[in-house]
Amino acid sequence: MALDDTKKTRDFKVIGTRPDRPDGIDKVTGRARFGADMVLPGMLTGRILRSPHAHARIRSIDTSKAEGLPGVKAVVTRADFGEVPEDVADTLENCMAGDTAFYDGHAVAAVAANSAAVARKALRLIEVDYEVLPHVTDVDAAMAPDAPVLHAGRQQETVPAGMSGNVIARSQFGHGDVEAGLKQADRIVERTFRTAATHQGYIEPHACVATMSTDGQGDLWVCTQGHYMARNTCAAILGLEQGQLRVTASEIGGGFGGKTTVFLEPVALMLARKSGRPVKMVMSRSEVLRASGPTSSTSIDVKIGMRKDGRITAGFAELRYQGGAWPGSPVDMGAMSAFAPYDLENVKTIGWDVVANRPKAAAYRAPGAPMAAFAVESAIDELAKGFGLDPLEVRLMNGADEGTRASYGPTYPAIGLKATLEAAKAHPHWSAPLAEGQGRGVACGFWFNFGGDTCVSLNITPDGTVTVSEGNPDIGGSRASMTMMAAEELGIPYDQVRTIIADTGSLGQNEVTDGSRVTFAVGLATIEAARAAKREMCRRAAMVWGIDEDAVDWEDGAARPAGPNAGKFPPMTLKEIAAIASNTGGPIAGHHEVNAEGAGVSFATHIVDVDLDRDTGSARIARYTVLQDAGKAVHPSYVEGQFQGGAVQGIGWALNEEYVYGEDGILQNPGFLDYRIPVASDLPMIDTVILEIPNPGHPYGVRGVGETSIVPPLAAIANAVSAAAGVRLVDLPLSPPKVLAALQDKTGA
Amino acid sequence: MSQIHVTTQINGDATEFLCEPDETLMDVLRDRLGLTGTKEGCGTGDCGACTVAVDGRLVCSCLMLGAEAEGRDVATIEGMATGDQLHPLQQKFIEMAALQCGICTPGILVAAQSLLERNPDPSEEEVRYWLAGNLCRCTGYDKIIRAVMETAADMRRAS
Repeated sequence: MALDDTKKTRDFKVIGTRPDRPDGIDKVTGRARFGADMVLPGMLTGRILRSPHAHARIRSIDTSKAEGLPGVKAVVTRADFGEVPEDVADTLENCMAGDTAFYDGHAVAAVAANSAAVARKALRLIEVDYEVLPHVTDVDAAMAPDAPVLHAGRQQETVPAGMSGNVIARSQFGHGDVEAGLKQADRIVERTFRTAATHQGYIEPHACVATMSTDGQGDLWVCTQGHYMARNTCAAILGLEQGQLRVTASEIGGGFGGKTTVFLEPVALMLARKSGRPVKMVMSRSEVLRASGPTSSTSIDVKIGMRKDGRITAGFAELRYQGGAWPGSPVDMGAMSAFAPYDLENVKTIGWDVVANRPKAAAYRAPGAPMAAFAVESAIDELAKGFGLDPLEVRLMNGADEGTRASYGPTYPAIGLKATLEAAKAHPHWSAPLAEGQGRGVACGFWFNFGGDTCVSLNITPDGTVTVSEGNPDIGGSRASMTMMAAEELGIPYDQVRTIIADTGSLGQNEVTDGSRVTFAVGLATIEAARAAKREMCRRAAMVWGIDEDAVDWEDGAARPAGPNAGKFPPMTLKEIAAIASNTGGPIAGHHEVNAEGAGVSFATHIVDVDLDRDTGSARIARYTVLQDAGKAVHPSYVEGQFQGGAVQGIGWALNEEYVYGEDGILQNPGFLDYRIPVASDLPMIDTVILEIPNPGHPYGVRGVGETSIVPPLAAIANAVSAAAGVRLVDLPLSPPKVLAALQDKTGA
Repeated sequence: MSQIHVTTQINGDATEFLCEPDETLMDVLRDRLGLTGTKEGCGTGDCGACTVAVDGRLVCSCLMLGAEAEGRDVATIEGMATGDQLHPLQQKFIEMAALQCGICTPGILVAAQSLLERNPDPSEEEVRYWLAGNLCRCTGYDKIIRAVMETAADMRRAS
């Protein structure tokens, strides 16, 4: 559905305002029900036994003592699951190990008992006979020819012969001739960058409550970014028909991509099936860190050539991402997005998908992109500085625009990269003087944004209020956005609409809440559902007036004769039409089902100042500004919130956060004390500038805004710290010991 | 292990419960008393999602035993509003979009209320350090800090 032709003159009444979110009171009073807040009669507590080894063959599991413990109602191992379809085989393997434990924390058995204490005791009674195997957790080590290999026979044909079996796939993107381009350069920067694995760090641990009847019907309550995904995946794993499993999404306490797959859910359903009782499972924080889906750790080679006037002549990047113990790291999206902000004649990226003895990576906000941007934006910064050029001007000179052929293939429609760069140049932050010891960095970022399968049903009640049913969990205010779009389209007040998140029995298939797709795709379907309802209301009014339905228009919440020739009738409001609906043909509703296309790509530019303590190597964020294209900001406060939240997650990634594995392959920091995410006292205010370059693919011009904001910070901060330190830093996180070592190397201390 | 009988005061209501000797106050609140507004984010006192006030002092309820509530006065998020009248902090958090997912919100509100009771005119730095024990992963804290400071200003004007 294309951008409305009226976009230039459209005078929005609701869109662009900042109403209170409809779920606000529940969330400030403690009434909102999250995953772990559900209680069912007769409910049992489920717990998982996890591998203490990074890599081990499971010779046998003896559950007899646990089963004999009073209060234990079911014990589950992999043997309880039958053969499953190939597309969910890795997922099941991750949820419950078969003959091999592939990482520290890998689930090997589960129990359901009548109390948490009994469940814990039962876990200790399960005897697992492990044969410890050699392991590998580092991406470069996993690619070495002599590395212990996790899986035989998984390597794809794209991988040249002779590489480690841990290298699963190779991808390549780009156009032009990189070698020829490099010859035209006045300077070439070639460096290797590394990033540590990080975790999404949502504050709510994974939680669910499952019930299963003997007739094959099941119900699942779960905190997830996609309850339709949870239904389909669990149904496949348990051999259920999708229609027999109803999944209800709880309120969700953060996800950021980490709740786009299942971990506990199939196990909880199996425990429920075996015990005949509802089973609740909640992960501890340590389980979340050891055994949910962190992001890849990466190693990236970059080679970029630039002329002395700032023009990039060629860009090359080779990206190596370990995605945990199974194929599917986000390296392709890294390779596609690495040079996406630039209009380059010669560009090539190669991606290597690598497995290692770590938990399987899940999505994390713009999956794969921040690491790639870190490498490329650092190299561009180094080149610009080397020529004494302004890094914003260099990016403007090379920046992508409408009509640019993107490095990953498509040709861009109207995009906002240069608008963000111009806004950065004009922002007072860019021209503010730096204090002693400070460094300033800038970087750009890109994200694709997704569309996908979406259903919305909009119902007109007899009293003329409106309910919108949608199928995507509200992770940060999307109920407000949908309510606003429905109110805008219907021409009625915001408080006359209530949006609910429907269960899987109530709507058709909905793609998960990912790819910054919800405000775009669900918004688009909401607008179309409202338009369907308006058409029906116009038809009812035409019937009452005895005129042709084409002679009726909808304006300001009422049906009106389209012109003087249509006849002189006073407008019929939505409430009036609703009140007589039963007599004019029955209830009125609109619905829309679509595989939404036309998601608009999004760009951002970030500026950051850091204070560097040269005695300790500690870097602190002194000032931060986000400038991003939102297409159209439906609720500007929540758009700002997405900008700020993504930037701060990026700050954590750049400065603090890191999965630390010991030589033994065991995660050393599975808690918030040692896996340290930014706290309030670490940070300044995060300034935001919303640009609005309409997305041609959405009726109001909306683009996704959720993910792009985490793409620039890694590079922007590394550029700032490098500027302050006087040495190029290439290894994240920029923790004090690392920065101090770099400072000491530089001074020969 | 026999259970312990505890008599306490929760949000102004006289309350009795039985709990295991090793059961945390957080588990008692959530699982025995149905006060699920208190959230578990870590269980180790690092995230602040389970923050409650005990005799006016902030504690992570995951680090306190239920039995220790004997004779105390416990305040949770459920007691923050007066009837249908939200506390000014609750109102301001909604108005200023100081929450996204909302899981950290109860703990942050309880902690912020405690700050404003002690210091009606906190600086930005004081708010940031007071709330440093309450993790929020969605907002980057910006709107939370602003909402607390604006509430403080409103309350000063009103008093």
